[in-house]
Amino acid sequence: MIRSHILVCGGTGCTSSGSHEVIAELNKEIEAVGLDKEVKVVMTGCFGLCALGPIMIVYPEGAFYSKVKPEDVKEIVEEHLLKGRIVKRLLYQETVEGDDVKSLAETNFYAKQIRVALRNCGVINPENIDEYIGTDGYMALEKVLTTMQPQEVIDVIKASGLRGRGGAGFPTGMKWQFAANAVGDQKYVCCNADEGDPGAFMDRSVLEGDPHAVIEAMTIAAYAIGASKGFVYVRAEYPIAVSRLKIAIEQAKEYGLLGEHIMGTDFSFDLEIRLGAGAFVCGEETALMTSIEGHRGEPRPRPPFPANKGLFAKPTILNNVETYANVAQIILKGPEWFRSMGTEKSPGTKVFALGGKITNTGLVEIPMGTTLREIVEEIGGGCPNGKKFKAAQTGGPSGGCIPASLIDTPIDYESLIQIGSMMGSGGLIVMDEDNCMVDIAKFFLEFTVDESCGKCAPCRIGTRRIYEILDKITRGEGEMEDLDTLEELCNHVKANSLCGLGQTAPNPVLSTLRYFRDEYVAHIVDKRCPAGVCKKLLSYEIDPEKCIGCTLCAKNCPVGAITGELKKPHSIDKSVCIKCGVCETKCKFGAISKK
Amino acid sequence: METVRIKINGREYDVPKDATILEACRSVGINIPTLCYMKEINAIGSCRICVVEVKGAKSFVTACVYPVNEGMEVVTNSPAIQKARKMTLELILSNHKRECLTCVRSGNCELQKLAVDLGVDKVRFDSSTGDRYPIEDSTGIIIRDNNKCILCRRCVAVCRSHQDVAVIGPNERGFDTHIACAFEKDLADVPCVSCGQCIVACPTGALHEKDETDLVWEALNDPTKHVVVGVAPSIRVHMGEFFGLPIGTNVEKKLPAALRRLGFDGVFDVDTAADLTIMEEGTELLERLKNGGKLPLITSCSPGWIKFAEYYYPELIPNISSCKSPQAMFGSVMKTYYAEKYGYDPADIFVVGIMPCTAKKFEVRRDDQKVNGLPAVDVSLTSREFARLIERAGLCFNDLPDEEFDPAFGVASGAGHIFGATGGVMEAALRTVAEIVTGKPCEPVEFHEVRGREGIKEATYDLGGTQVNVAVASGLANARKLLDQVKSGEKQYHFIEIMACPGGCVGGGGQPIQPASVTNFTDVRAIRAAGLYKEDSEMQLRKSHENPVIKELYDQYFEKPGSHRAHDILHTTYQAREKYR
Amino acid sequence: MKTLAELQAIREQMKNKMNIREESEAGTRIVVGMATCGIAAGARPVLTTLSEEVAKRELKDVLVTQTGCIGVCRFEPIVEVYEPGKEKVTYVHMTPEKARRIINDHIVNGQVVTEYTIGAAE
Repeated sequence: MIRSHILVCGGTGCTSSGSHEVIAELNKEIEAVGLDKEVKVVMTGCFGLCALGPIMIVYPEGAFYSKVKPEDVKEIVEEHLLKGRIVKRLLYQETVEGDDVKSLAETNFYAKQIRVALRNCGVINPENIDEYIGTDGYMALEKVLTTMQPQEVIDVIKASGLRGRGGAGFPTGMKWQFAANAVGDQKYVCCNADEGDPGAFMDRSVLEGDPHAVIEAMTIAAYAIGASKGFVYVRAEYPIAVSRLKIAIEQAKEYGLLGEHIMGTDFSFDLEIRLGAGAFVCGEETALMTSIEGHRGEPRPRPPFPANKGLFAKPTILNNVETYANVAQIILKGPEWFRSMGTEKSPGTKVFALGGKITNTGLVEIPMGTTLREIVEEIGGGCPNGKKFKAAQTGGPSGGCIPASLIDTPIDYESLIQIGSMMGSGGLIVMDEDNCMVDIAKFFLEFTVDESCGKCAPCRIGTRRIYEILDKITRGEGEMEDLDTLEELCNHVKANSLCGLGQTAPNPVLSTLRYFRDEYVAHIVDKRCPAGVCKKLLSYEIDPEKCIGCTLCAKNCPVGAITGELKKPHSIDKSVCIKCGVCETKCKFGAISKK
Repeated sequence: METVRIKINGREYDVPKDATILEACRSVGINIPTLCYMKEINAIGSCRICVVEVKGAKSFVTACVYPVNEGMEVVTNSPAIQKARKMTLELILSNHKRECLTCVRSGNCELQKLAVDLGVDKVRFDSSTGDRYPIEDSTGIIIRDNNKCILCRRCVAVCRSHQDVAVIGPNERGFDTHIACAFEKDLADVPCVSCGQCIVACPTGALHEKDETDLVWEALNDPTKHVVVGVAPSIRVHMGEFFGLPIGTNVEKKLPAALRRLGFDGVFDVDTAADLTIMEEGTELLERLKNGGKLPLITSCSPGWIKFAEYYYPELIPNISSCKSPQAMFGSVMKTYYAEKYGYDPADIFVVGIMPCTAKKFEVRRDDQKVNGLPAVDVSLTSREFARLIERAGLCFNDLPDEEFDPAFGVASGAGHIFGATGGVMEAALRTVAEIVTGKPCEPVEFHEVRGREGIKEATYDLGGTQVNVAVASGLANARKLLDQVKSGEKQYHFIEIMACPGGCVGGGGQPIQPASVTNFTDVRAIRAAGLYKEDSEMQLRKSHENPVIKELYDQYFEKPGSHRAHDILHTTYQAREKYR
Repeated sequence: MKTLAELQAIREQMKNKMNIREESEAGTRIVVGMATCGIAAGARPVLTTLSEEVAKRELKDVLVTQTGCIGVCRFEPIVEVYEPGKEKVTYVHMTPEKARRIINDHIVNGQVVTEYTIGAAE
C-alpha cells in the first residue's frame, strides 16, 4: 500500500542541478529502511522554481524541499518518511512560518499562479501515460471523438478566446477555422516547439512535464480541421523533451490514442517528431514548415497563408506548445471557464520564464492581466541584493523593455503592444540599476544579427547596421545624428522585413530609445555609461587618500597598467588599462573605483 | 480572361484575376522595380524593393508575390514607399563592392540603374563589409565575385528550377549569407555543367564569364597566326541587342563586316558546320535505325548537356551521338581540310568561336575534341565578349555595310540557321533524313510540332512507312524529366534533341543579358527564335544536304557521311564524370 | 489498443493512487505519531492499515499522515483525528484492528470510538 508519493522534478533545470542523483539516492535509502512498499518516488516535470533545484515535494504532507543534495536524502528518509518529522532546514524557506509549515500554494511564488498549461507539470510522471489518464487525460479527446462534430470543436475553441501563445496572439479558433475551410486532400497539424528566445523555456517544460497534453490537443486539432498527419518541430537542444515526447507518442500509439482508428472510431492521426537544428528563425511558421520539408529554414512570403498552403503546400495549422496545452482543458471545462481567467481580450493564463535580475528565477503561470509589478515583486521576489528594478524585457529579442515607470502595466497582448513590447513566447528578463540599456539593446541585436536567416535585405543588412551603430555608441564614438539614423533604420527594418524576425528585431532598440533615451545621450554627449557597463567608457582610478601602497593591485593587473612604489599611492596608466576590473576586486581598502 | 477591378494610385483598372500586384500594374503600364523576382522560378519576396501599399494591410507588401483581389487599393509610389525602397537599396549598396567604373556590368547593371532611378545619392553605413570574399574562379569559365552579390538568388533559382543542377545555394546565415557550393567546395569540384544560366540571371556583376578577349587580340596581332572565326547560329539574332536594336533583329550581314574589320583572316559561319552535323548525325540515326543500334539517339550539339549527361546520366552515353558539336566540327575542318586546301600549317591556324554559350569554353578544353593533337577551337567567346571586341575596336556596328561570310566555309542552309532555337536541330535533321529515307523531296519542309517555347515537345513522323518518335527538350530540368521517362520505359523515342539552355541557344548562357524588367514580361527567347525561323523561311536553300559547300566537302575530303575519315575528324567520345571531388 | 471502458478503468484506478498528491484543503486529517517511541510501539502497521482502509473505501478528503513524537510516549501508538470545525480526537494504544474500526465508525459514520480515546485510557 503506497501511502506517500515523493515527486522529484526531472525537468532540465533540476536535472542539471542533480535531481537524478537525488532520485537514485532516495530509492536506495527507502529500500534500506524498508519503505519501498509504502513510498513511491515519482519523477515529474518542472515545478517552476528552477533556481531552487533539485526540488522535491513529499505527499501527503505536501512538504516542499528545495536544493536537495544526495547527502540530504538519508535525513529526509529517516526523519520525514520513517518518523514523520519534516526536515525544516531543507524546506523551501518561503513555506516555513515560525514553527508552522504552510502549503506551497500559499507562498508568494505560487499564490497568484493559476496552472492550466502547467497543471500536470510537477504533478505527474510524464513518462507514464496512466498518470496522465489519471488526471483526466484523453478525456477531452474521447469527448471530441464520440460526441462532437469537427465544427463544434472549432466553435468551442473560438468561444474560449484562446490566442496563440507563441507570441503574436492570433486567435487559435480562427486559425483552425481557416484550415478546416481550406480544400485539400491532405492536411497537417504542426506543433511549434522550436523555442528560441534567450531565457525562455515554457514549451520545454510543458513537453518535459506533460507531453501527452500536447499530443491530445494536436489530435483534437487534427479532428477539427480534418488532418491525418502531424509534426512536432522541436529543437534538438531539448533532449529530455524529445525523449519524453517520443515515449509519450509510443505509449499513445500502444493505447490506440494515436494511429489508425483512434479509440475505435473512424478517425486516424499519426504524429511525428522533427528535430530543429537550432536556428531561431525556424520558430517562424513558414520557416518551420520549410525546414520540416527538408529545406534550409527560411520564411516564405504570405499569402499564401499556411491554412491554405502550408506544409508541403497543403492546408496546415501550426500552434505553439503552450497553446496546445490549454486545448484539452477548454474542451473539458468549457469556454466560459477559460474566459473566467485573464482579461476580456486575452482570456486564460500565460506561462512566463522569469530570468535576469530576479530572486525567483523560474517558471510561472499567471492569469492574463496580472501586472508586471505582481510578477516581479510578489511572484518573482524582486531584484536580488536589494537592487532597484529598472526594466523588464518581454518577448525576448522581439520584444521591448518595459521601464519601472510602467510596472503597473497589465500583462496582456494589447497592453504590451501599446507600450512597444510584445507578449512573445513568454520570456521575461528583469533588469536592475546595474544594467545599461544601450548595452541591453546591443545584446539583443547581436542575437538577431546572428539569427537572421539572410533571406531578405532589410533584416540581413539592416539589423547588422543597427548593431554597428549601437556598438559605436557603446564605444563612445556615437554622434547625436546617429540616434536619428538609428530610429529611421529601426522603423525601416520593422516595416520592410519579410518575416516576424525582422519585423520585430528593432523593438529592443526602439523601446530603449523611447524610455531610456537619456542613457543613449549620456553615452554620446558625456561619453559616459551611467550603469557602468560599457567598458570603453569606463576608467578605473585609484584614490590616493585610500591607497596604502600594498601593491596587490599591481601584482594582479594582467597588463601591468598599475605602477607605484611600495607603501605609496599607486596609479593606473589608462592607455594600458583593459578595464578588466581585477584591481577593484582585489583592493582591500576600497581605493579603486570605476568612473 | 477573368478580371477583377482594382484601384492603382487612385485610378480604377480591370486586371487579370490571377495576377500579382506586379503583373497587374505592369499590365496597365505601371512598372514596379524589382531585384530578386524572376517569373515562375523566383517569387520569394526577398529583396523588398517591390514593396507597395495595400489599403488595409498591416505593413507594406511585396508586389511580386501578392495576388490582386476585387476592390483592392494599391499605391505604388507614395513618399513612404519611395523612402522605403530607397532605404532598402541604400542597405543593399552598403554591402556591395561599388567599383562600378571597372565592373563588367557597368551600364547593364540592374542595381546601378535602380540606384539612379531611386535617387540613392549616398550610403550612410559602414561599407567596409563589401569586400570580404575571395573571387571564385576555380572553373576558369564562370567567375563569381560575392562582394557584388546582392543575394537575390536568381542564379540559385535558375540552377535549381531550370537546370535541376542545383550546385549553388546560400551558405551560412544572416549577414554572413553568401552563395556558394555545398561545404564551400570549389565550383570546379562540383557537378556544375558550365551552362552559364546563372550569369544571365545575375542582376549585377557578381557573376560573369571569364573574359578571353585578350587571347583573341593577341592572336589577331600575331603575324604568324592565321586567325579564323566561326559564328554560331543564334549570334545573328543576338548581337543587335548590344547596339540598341530591337530584340530578335537579324544582323547576320553585319557580322562578317565587323569580323573582317577586327582583323580575322577567315570569316566563317558555324551554320555551315551545323549542316555538316546534320549529315553526320542524320547518317548515324539512319544506321542505328537500320542496324538495330542503340536508341534513342540523342543529339550532342550542346556542351552543357553533354557535361550534364556525363555527370548525371553516364548510362545514356552510348545513346548520345558521337558527332562533335558544330563549333568543334568547324574547328576540326579548319585544321584539316581547310589547312590542306589553302596550304596552312594547322598549328598556325587559330580558331575562334563566337558562341551564345559558356559551356563551349569548357568544350574547347576537352581532350576528346582535339583534331590531330590540336584543339579544334582555340578560344570560344560569348556574344558579350564579342560585343566588347567590337566596342573596343571602335566599330560603329549599326553603320557597317552588309557583307557575306567567306565562301570557303560560309554558306549555310536554313536548316543550319535554326540550330539556334530549341527543336531546330531536330527539324534540320528531319528535313534531311526524311528525304534520304523516302528518296523523295521532303514536303512540307517545316516541322512545326517540334518548334515553340514548351520545355518538352514530342511528335511522331512517318518516314517512308517507318514511324519515328521524336522528342525535344530544352533546359536540363526538362531533359531530366524526359530522360527519366525514357529510362523507366514510360516513353519510347527514336531520336531526342536536348539543349542545355531553356529555349536552346537563343537562351544560352552566353546571350546578351536583358534585365529582369524585360525578361519577366517578354519572351525574349521566342522573339529571337522567330528571327531565325523567319530567315529560314525566306531562303531557297533549306536542307543541309543541299548545301554546296557540304557537298564539296564530302566530294573532296570526307567521301561520305560516316566515313572513316569523318569519324576520325568529326566524331568524338564522352566519359562518365565523378560528381564531387 | 484500449477500449473506452479500459481507459476509464485506468483513470479511476490512477485517480485513487494519485489523489494523495492533492493538497487537501479542509478535509479530515488522520495523523499517526511516528517517532521512535511510536514505531517501537507498533505505529507502522497502524499507519499502513489506516492508509489501506482510506484507499479501499475511496474516501475523499481524508489525509493519512504522520508526525513526530506527540509527547505522551506511554500511550503510543497514538493516532489523532482532526476534522474541520470539531475537537481533535486522540486515540491511543492503537493496533491495526482498532484502526479499521476507527475508519469505519468514526471517519465513515461519524461515531467517535470513545473507548480507544486518550480520555478512556486515562
